[in-house]
Amino acid sequence: MAEAQNSTVGSSTTAGSIAVAAESTVATRMSAPPSFDVADFPVPHGREEEWRFTPLERLRGLHDGTAVATGTGVKVDVVAPEGVTVETVGRDDPRLGRAGTPVDRVAAQAYSAFEQAGVITVPKETVLAEPIRIAVHGEGGVAYGHQVVELGAFAEAVVVIDHTGDAVLAANVEYVLGDGAKLTVVSVQDWDDKAVHVGQHNALIGRDATFKSFVVTFGGDLVRLHPRVAYAGTGGEAELFGLYFTDAGQHQEHRLLVDHNVPHCKSNAMYKGALQGEGAHAVWIGDVLIEATAEGTDTYEMNRNLVLTDGARVDSVPNLEIETGEIVGAGHASATGRFDDEQLFYLMARGIPADEARRLVVRGFFAELVQQIGVDDIEARLLEKIDEELEGSV
Amino acid sequence: MATLEIHDLHVTVEADNATKEILKGVDLTVKQGETHAIMGPNGSGKSTLAYSLAGHPKYTITSGTVTLDGEDVLEMSVDERARAGLFLAMQYPVEVPGVSVSNFLRTSATAIRGEAPKLRTWVKEVRETMERLSMDPAFAERNVNEGFSGGEKKRHEILQLELLKPKIAILDETDSGLDVDALRVVSEGVNRVRETGEVGTLLITHYTRILRYIKPDFVHVFSGGKIVESGGAELADKLENEGYEVYTKGGVSA
Repeated sequence: MAEAQNSTVGSSTTAGSIAVAAESTVATRMSAPPSFDVADFPVPHGREEEWRFTPLERLRGLHDGTAVATGTGVKVDVVAPEGVTVETVGRDDPRLGRAGTPVDRVAAQAYSAFEQAGVITVPKETVLAEPIRIAVHGEGGVAYGHQVVELGAFAEAVVVIDHTGDAVLAANVEYVLGDGAKLTVVSVQDWDDKAVHVGQHNALIGRDATFKSFVVTFGGDLVRLHPRVAYAGTGGEAELFGLYFTDAGQHQEHRLLVDHNVPHCKSNAMYKGALQGEGAHAVWIGDVLIEATAEGTDTYEMNRNLVLTDGARVDSVPNLEIETGEIVGAGHASATGRFDDEQLFYLMARGIPADEARRLVVRGFFAELVQQIGVDDIEARLLEKIDEELEGSV
Repeated sequence: MATLEIHDLHVTVEADNATKEILKGVDLTVKQGETHAIMGPNGSGKSTLAYSLAGHPKYTITSGTVTLDGEDVLEMSVDERARAGLFLAMQYPVEVPGVSVSNFLRTSATAIRGEAPKLRTWVKEVRETMERLSMDPAFAERNVNEGFSGGEKKRHEILQLELLKPKIAILDETDSGLDVDALRVVSEGVNRVRETGEVGTLLITHYTRILRYIKPDFVHVFSGGKIVESGGAELADKLENEGYEVYTKGGVSA
């Protein structure tokens, strides 16, 4: 039995030099198999592969069953254009849990604990001109949630999920894309300083469907998101973009998994983060799995970090696992750079004031991502937010 | 007429937990339209003078004065100095990831000129200046100094010099690491700026080679943290023939 190709450095792998694996190390690295039941997961102690970067004590009990929903956790408001069905359903609704199964204890806790779920449906062949907006506002309590967004065949929609306020929230989101559907999702984590937000975001991409996701994390004490993609048919495409600005004391963790489980699908992941301040900690895990059946796969993933001050820390782990050689391409890259005093001096020596110099660098760093969002008010708010974060810096 | 006056400048630097005095009383006056070459051996403090004038935080001014048209330069922040008309072409320009050359140049020109240059004329100005420096237009879309060759970095510095039109230009070993072709291109750029008569140039170099392309009005020999001899262009010929030994081995600087 051959070993899996499983590298964790900034190299790239292409067809022709690939070993074949019989068993996924991505799956076996997890301490328990996926399950909807929280009881199937032991309480993590922090040394597990999937928890080793996360400060468990700051999860405020989401991981060990002590965080009890308070009933005033978060307020969810949905604004949707005509033609969209917005429902609140019970736990037994058959439309829940189709895009993926919780892979860790907190995701399972969320699935085991939510009382009602939101289901948003865009009927087949419906093309929305305006975004669907989901406002999740924390009211200071503990909450568990579940949201499904489903697009029928050839439907097209943009969904903006906007997280603000203060909460301890564990919530999963499912995106189910019918054949030929096009979904763009912008999830903004603009929490207050104390908020804790953990969630698993599963996308199941139909035949020839396109899923584009922007995960934008600015706020919170601890944010840990698990965007995951799998394909329901051939010809699917996933573009996973992320942008985070990690401030002093914040822990922001994004753990991606793209499961190329059917042939002739594409995925492209690009996450960029800026960090500043003592104790700022960003974690990026990029797992891409190309299963033996997934011939013709084309995938690339990249993580870039810009460290603006001393005292910040980045853990970036791209991981590509390839079980068939019959692919178009597969690669990954990770790099972390510093904005240092010499760069600041150089820009200032050209007449550019210090605050503008910093802004120039960070805006330039994020520009290629921000411009692709395509939702004007969100783009403008992100740029504003970046400036705000920079003003708060030294 | 713009005048940079340096008087009895003393500068220290922290190294290995000790304070070391690098500049030990520099006196120099550079007027608009003049070109001064500062020549000296390695470690004599030439680059320290350049960076101190630009305001690099690594260097501490312990005494002396620097004024530009009577204004106290030492009181100004780094960016204020640049806006007042000081320009330092650096020996080792740093990479600035995420910032394209075109964005950088425009931001800088806006800061220096006090208003954003009109887009149409600006694009033309940049393109023509780059052409004269034999720079590929694709250069403008690359990140500042990222992956630039030594020659590209120096051309980029001179491109900025031409676009920003300072009152006083300090060129810190702009000639080092350049082959003859690149040296010629870069020197022509400097000469175009000099020919306007509106810039005072302080040309810091280790070698006399660049002085064949850029003719100085004054040559100063720098040794032991100060100017030990000043003269006209003929002093460079003397250095070419005799080297720096006469200044470094006892004698004048001791």
